[in-house]
Amino acid sequence: MGNKQTIFTDEQLDAYQDCTFFTRKEILRLHGRYHELAPHLVPMDYTNDPDCKLPLALIVNMPELKENPFRNRIVESFSEDGMGNLSFNEFVDMFSVLSETASRELKAIYAFKIYDFNVDNYLCKEDLEKTLNRLTKEELTPEEVELVCQKSIEEADLDGDNKLSFADFENMITRAPDFLSTFHIRI
Amino acid sequence: MRGRDTEQKEGTVIERKRRGGKGGEDEHQEQEKEKMSYRPGMRKERRAGEREQRIIKNQKEERGTRRSREKLKNEIRKSTREPESLSPEELEKLKEAVDERKKLIQGLRGKPWSMKKKLVTLRESQEFVEKYEGALGKGKGRKLYAYKVMMAKKWMKFQRDFENFKTACIPWEMKIKEIESHFGSSVASYFIFLRWMYGINMILFGLTFGLVMVPEALMGRPYGSIPRKTVPRAEEASAMDFAVLWDFGGYAQYSVLFYGYYNNQRAIGWLKFRMPLSYFLVGVGTVAYSYMVVIRTMARNANESGVGDDNSFNFSWKTFTSWDYLIGNPETADNKFASITTSFKEAILEEQESRKDDNIHLTRFLRVLANFLVLCCLAGSGYLIYFVVRRSQKFALDGLDTHTWWERNEVNMVMSLLGMFCPMLFDVISALENYHPRVALQWQLGRIFALFLGNLYTFIIALMDEINLKREEEKIVKFNITTWEASLYNSTVSENSTGPPITIQPADVPRGPCWETMVGQEFVRLIISDTMTTYITLLIGDFLRAVLVRFLNYCWCWDLEAGFPSYSEFDVSGNVLGLIFNQGMIWMGAFYAPCLPALNVLRLHVSMYLQCWAVMCCNVPQERVFKASGSNNFYMAMLLVILFLSTLPAIYTIVTIPPSFDCGPFSGKKRMFDVIQETLESDFPAWFSKVFSSASNPGLVLPFILLMVLAIYYLQSTSKSYKEANVELKKKLQTQNEENKKKNKRAALKAQMDLEEARKAASQTAEQQKNNNASLQDQEGETELCIKMKQDVFNHGMKRNIQCKQKTK
Repeated sequence: MGNKQTIFTDEQLDAYQDCTFFTRKEILRLHGRYHELAPHLVPMDYTNDPDCKLPLALIVNMPELKENPFRNRIVESFSEDGMGNLSFNEFVDMFSVLSETASRELKAIYAFKIYDFNVDNYLCKEDLEKTLNRLTKEELTPEEVELVCQKSIEEADLDGDNKLSFADFENMITRAPDFLSTFHIRI
Repeated sequence: MRGRDTEQKEGTVIERKRRGGKGGEDEHQEQEKEKMSYRPGMRKERRAGEREQRIIKNQKEERGTRRSREKLKNEIRKSTREPESLSPEELEKLKEAVDERKKLIQGLRGKPWSMKKKLVTLRESQEFVEKYEGALGKGKGRKLYAYKVMMAKKWMKFQRDFENFKTACIPWEMKIKEIESHFGSSVASYFIFLRWMYGINMILFGLTFGLVMVPEALMGRPYGSIPRKTVPRAEEASAMDFAVLWDFGGYAQYSVLFYGYYNNQRAIGWLKFRMPLSYFLVGVGTVAYSYMVVIRTMARNANESGVGDDNSFNFSWKTFTSWDYLIGNPETADNKFASITTSFKEAILEEQESRKDDNIHLTRFLRVLANFLVLCCLAGSGYLIYFVVRRSQKFALDGLDTHTWWERNEVNMVMSLLGMFCPMLFDVISALENYHPRVALQWQLGRIFALFLGNLYTFIIALMDEINLKREEEKIVKFNITTWEASLYNSTVSENSTGPPITIQPADVPRGPCWETMVGQEFVRLIISDTMTTYITLLIGDFLRAVLVRFLNYCWCWDLEAGFPSYSEFDVSGNVLGLIFNQGMIWMGAFYAPCLPALNVLRLHVSMYLQCWAVMCCNVPQERVFKASGSNNFYMAMLLVILFLSTLPAIYTIVTIPPSFDCGPFSGKKRMFDVIQETLESDFPAWFSKVFSSASNPGLVLPFILLMVLAIYYLQSTSKSYKEANVELKKKLQTQNEENKKKNKRAALKAQMDLEEARKAASQTAEQQKNNNASLQDQEGETELCIKMKQDVFNHGMKRNIQCKQKTK
């Protein structure tokens, strides 16, 4: 269709369109963004699936992520090695989940991963405290932080183990009216 | 301890399931496995630490994909025999497997797997489907099956290309992204709404332009051929003046832009295009399309958004959903951090102390006073508009040239100015009320809505008066025309009895006052003046203010940027309301002025660029963001109400008032909708009109209406019962939650006690051994031990007592 491009084969583009919420033009544009992060490292020709990963520091400097207090956690949750090094596949995956058309359930799963700082599959008090401190830039007093974390756990915890499992989190977040509009990055 | 056994058992169960399951069910197991990894278990992984956990996860995934590949190979090996030799059950199972794979491919983008896994799964599933889809088609009906499969593939490809094309067509994406990153999602929501309105207006424009304006312009009779299409002799001199054209008189009035130009000829051109029918149906179609789009968007929003306004997750939602991921600008981010902190502090304060009602009577009195003042304002503005419209009628009777520009455009200017200043007045009055900002915003929106509605309806009532005046005039003109014609024929016949027919210039024929064109013109003028007022307010209110604050700041006593005027914030709700009302006016007037949708498209286009520039240049991000309501449907609901209210006057005029006798596509008919009757009788076979006339029989219509009312009542009661069931379930969940907490506390306490007892018992046995070594203290030791044991039993019993008491609590 249309103009000839040599970055991806047609099968690759179709596969990306099946696996993400992006259209063909958006995938090519994403490749452009990925390339301009490190023009010497990222090859222009992806037809033979090169194995190229960009480090966390480069990705976190993108204008869309620069001001986000959770940028490190976002990139880490989508990287395979957990250290924040993203290949192009993971890069596309990240923006696909954060796009407007991704489903609520999918976003809830990844939101849980992002806010789980110690990666133990629970949102315990320390995770909540870290989240809160990043949100308020540590302007709240320790008692206030304690109170907010306590109240949050009280509100959402259903099985009474004093921390939020995924089921608790999902139950709470799917009712939030703002969740879909705030958990969204436009690229 | 117990946990590990179960987890190991669970592990083996999964393994067994894996080995035993078929290829098609493998993906289901994968899903289950993913879900399992979120449950408490896999203690091994927790101890291994982050990195190792990831490696293990990856290994598992690879094992999973490898296993699924093995499964695939096994299946291929199993079924490499000829497809005909497959028994029907196996064929059935194969078909199910293929269908499941297809479903998997469809839903792949919503799965929370890593990209690599998704790509691999996609490739394998596609290979599987391709290989076995052909095989399934063997036997009878093979050609039909293959054809169906090919058509399905082509359809999917077409859908995908269409989606690609649609997203490529969406305009202003980068502009909106810039605004989002600078101002957050609430300001950007206004621009997204504007863009959506632009799309609707494009479709309306396409309908009116393509089906009404273009056919008449191309195939209808040209300008100047018949009286209704010609500028009357009296106005010819000034027909090209800019002032007249700006007022939509002169040549602009006698063109396809307005109702009066259209000829009532039943079929025009070589295509035999039914012009009057098309005009009527396009009018109905624009309204129907708008209803459909608004209701569809409301339904989609209702599905997506959560369950209404719930206050049970206040702190959790603040923690997890308050950061706006769209923000990309450092200043906005700082603002957002500050606003989040303030919001938390407020919530904590509310939580800690109860609201102090310092003086309830004073507050109530002030609120009543404020509402009274607002009502006075509304009544005052309604009366002002009515007064101004009557005055303009008087001016029109005197002749427009004798009055100044202001007096000629009084109505529109007054309406626009009221729309500009009254909301500010309401804002000031609401300072008396002392409400929570969100509640205050809702009151403000309600008042502005009432103001606009009141103004619009006063305008319409005044317009109805004018219409009646024009119809009276029409009667007089009709009478005059007959006498005028008679005098003409008399004068010619007296000369020559078989003379040629008189040719009169169309410009000289006396014309009836075309009330429909007048209505169309009024609406167009109103929209133009509204647009102008909006743009001028924008330039003065925002731009000039920003320039003054910026440059006067150097030589002013106090800090202008932080203090009094400072930069303005973008008023989202006011602008959205303005947009909604503008659209309402379009819907009202589109039947009488087919040029209105085109005008609106132009207006929205210009608005988009102008407001984008103004927002980026002159506004600062809002300090506190309050949405009018939790759901996204608030503004959609207002749009629906306005749509309903604005189509009412148009429908009323179409159904009750007879059309003018000498202008428009319905001239000569008794009622405008007679065109439908006429078409049914002449263009459709006889049985069609019989069916329709029997369908409009009251005997059928009334039971139908009754049935609809019953259906509505039934749906209402089921929805109520669902809501109640929802509340019950929530309560149950809450009590279950509390019970779980109690159980856990008890278990923790019991574990603690058991630990203490075990420690005590261990220390006792150590003591006992020590005592046994000392023979002298043997007996004492024994008695001591006995005493100790008795004490222990006593203590234990006491603790059990306490436990029981806690249980009953």
